[in-house]
Amino acid sequence: MLAAQIIINALVLGCLYACIAIGFSLVWGVLNVINLIHGSIIVLGAYLAWGAYQSMAISPWYVLPVAVPVFFVFGYLLQRLLLNRVLHAPVLVTLTLTFGLDLILNNAMIYFFKADYRKLTLKPPMGSVSLFHVVVPVDRLIATVLALALTGLLYLLLRHSRVGRAIVAVRLDRDAAILMGVDVRSIYAIAFGIGAALAGSAGVLMALIFPISALTSSSYLDKAFVVCVLGGLGSVSGALAGGLLLALVEGIGSAAIGPAYATTLSFALLIVFLLFRPQGLLGRKGFE
Amino acid sequence: MKRANLALLIVLACLAALPLVGGAYALRLGTMACMYAILALSWNVVGGLAGYPSFATAAFFGFGAYATGVLLNAGLPLTMSILAALLGSFVLAGLLGSVLLRLRGHYFAIASLSLVGVLRELVNNATDLTGGGMGLNIPLVSGSSILADATFFFYAMWGLLLATALMVIAISASKLGFGLVCIRQNETAANMIGLNATLYKSIAFGLSACFVAAAGGLYAAWVHYIDPSDVFDILYSVKPIVMTLMGGLGSPLGAVCGAFLYLVLEEVVWRNYIQIHSGVLGVLIVALLLLLPHGLISLRFRKLWRKAKHV
Amino acid sequence: MSEILRLDRVSRRFSGLQALREVTLGINKGEVLGLIGPNGAGKTTLVNTVCGVTPANSGTITFDNQDITRIKTFQAARLGLSRTFQIVQPFAEFTALDNVAAAALFSRPGESLKSAREEARAHLAFVGLEAQASQSAATLTLAMRKRLELAKALAMKPKLLFLDEVNAGLNSAEVERATKLIHQLAADGITIVMIEHLMKVVLNVCTRIVVLHNGQMIADGEPRDVIKNPAVVDAYLGQQYAQRNAANG
Repeated sequence: MLAAQIIINALVLGCLYACIAIGFSLVWGVLNVINLIHGSIIVLGAYLAWGAYQSMAISPWYVLPVAVPVFFVFGYLLQRLLLNRVLHAPVLVTLTLTFGLDLILNNAMIYFFKADYRKLTLKPPMGSVSLFHVVVPVDRLIATVLALALTGLLYLLLRHSRVGRAIVAVRLDRDAAILMGVDVRSIYAIAFGIGAALAGSAGVLMALIFPISALTSSSYLDKAFVVCVLGGLGSVSGALAGGLLLALVEGIGSAAIGPAYATTLSFALLIVFLLFRPQGLLGRKGFE
Repeated sequence: MKRANLALLIVLACLAALPLVGGAYALRLGTMACMYAILALSWNVVGGLAGYPSFATAAFFGFGAYATGVLLNAGLPLTMSILAALLGSFVLAGLLGSVLLRLRGHYFAIASLSLVGVLRELVNNATDLTGGGMGLNIPLVSGSSILADATFFFYAMWGLLLATALMVIAISASKLGFGLVCIRQNETAANMIGLNATLYKSIAFGLSACFVAAAGGLYAAWVHYIDPSDVFDILYSVKPIVMTLMGGLGSPLGAVCGAFLYLVLEEVVWRNYIQIHSGVLGVLIVALLLLLPHGLISLRFRKLWRKAKHV
Repeated sequence: MSEILRLDRVSRRFSGLQALREVTLGINKGEVLGLIGPNGAGKTTLVNTVCGVTPANSGTITFDNQDITRIKTFQAARLGLSRTFQIVQPFAEFTALDNVAAAALFSRPGESLKSAREEARAHLAFVGLEAQASQSAATLTLAMRKRLELAKALAMKPKLLFLDEVNAGLNSAEVERATKLIHQLAADGITIVMIEHLMKVVLNVCTRIVVLHNGQMIADGEPRDVIKNPAVVDAYLGQQYAQRNAANG
């Protein structure tokens, strides 16, 4: 059934989108920083997975537990050493700064890895499962499950750990958090580190599904933007809602008016939401 | 007239003498310098004066490039095509502005950024009109030699820069400029004293777009071939911001100096480190923002302040 | 006396909270109306609704025989409605002079920056800030900023002036000074509505008091009568005040 296939594809893609966006959403929601390096970090994670498979035949699922701490440290240091300095600067400065950092990272990747598109194909290929005429490739399915697991882990972290509660506190009311004894600078660095870890891990998973090249970093970033605006900032449920909505709109739109207009459609949706509901489906008003 | 604005006009007057001392290469650089200065000065109106961090510059640059390209292909003379692009973009930006400028801070920045993507996709898809992804060929406007061609476009871009500078100077002395500065400081209070903030912001957005579009149009005529990812490039939105930050936010003289300085740096890096030139740009941006958040103008003030203290 | 502002069953709600409930109020030209009530009663919301900041959900508002229910903030300012803010909102980078000049410049057509600046000096002198004219607004003390706010409101040549807790945060000498200014304004014929918690000032200056509680008007009349009203005592003034007042006669 075509409709069912479209829906299932959208659900799978939606979870992947949510995984791409959740790190970005966390950083934006907690630090009020639009992290333009996000897309490049995802690509870096993808290269990591590809490199591991090419040179050591290690499958991406085994790269994942390594990627998380590595990228966390990367993000933590980036925040602590550089971004902390412009934390209270206007949005102009932080956007331009992260743009500059993205130029550096992106250029470095093109320099070392060249811009050619790589593909990570598992040998032997994992095939696909079929249920009631709906087909889903197995590797994409596993990636989706892992993506959901990651977002679930983040949710548990934010809900049940001290660090997580502190992050939420800072997001809700920074000044009150300071009064409660939260070391905000440290929380900022941790949140950014988590954001980077999620981005890198998302990249590892994306390596299986999408072609890998530094040139794709802006399309990941665009997706993350749209998901955040649609779903709302700083929350796991927001990222999931936004991801699913975007994937559904794209899927149904593609089927109805053709794939060429799918990107235009997502941009248009972005602008509509910005104008009429900037806090997104599940967000709270006032996060400028 | 303020001293800084007078200095700006003097700088521009000196620049006009470039064809007397330089050959085709210098003229090419000079034309780019003028173009960058137009972008930076224009951005300063909405970003520096009004305080709205717009990332839409590339959207209007591309709009102007394509509007002019299409009109030139239809047989219209260059001046008319550029003028049409200028007026069309002013109206378009004014309309879009009245809607987008309701957003503040981050949301406005992102909305303006998405404008670039939306226009790029629209142009990409309108293949019959614009050639889509295959690009648009633009008829040559000046026949003769390379040098004559280079001189023509240099003076054309210089003239546009002069017009932009005069516009900006006029604004800074006018009620509009005063109102924009009020809006930047406290938009609620501005509304409370009877200032129609939406109108003022829309006009500012329109003015920040129209000369950018004209510059885009000249660029298209100059290079004879454009494609969507070339002119709707986010860098055309970010570079003017970096230039203005380099020179000092809010100051027209600073914006122009920042633009010239940036061009020199860009050319030096391109000639010597082409493979890593965007990385070097990134390093420049990071260094600038972390070390000199108030631009080069702040250096001058600090020196003067130290002198004054010793008196 | 002619009526200058009329609210007719005006309501305003914010998500779960009904801030104004069918408020009906007529204000006469030249009155000095005290608007009192506990925190959260809807006093500032009333001002915001009249001035177009938070438009009314239902009801009508008429100013000078014009329907201003759906008006935009800047239009209200140009019609002659002026207000001060509880938390002062100056243009921080501007000098005191330019702050006031801005108000004169944009609230009326046909002004130039030059003439606005000349006018501004007079308004600054009226509130006693002529010495601070070239100082940046950010460097002024709170009391000075409140007076600057007043000068700005006056530069708009208002027909009706809303004063929102002008005395909050001021010491008694500053309060006395502010009260004198308000007396002067009333004498000049400007209709004034003051939101105020200091009963001493209210009784001193106001010709009429309106009491708001939970978005509703619970009393309206002469100051001496209103403060004796049991509903008002219950909701706001408290028994101690009532007893003290009765003792003083």
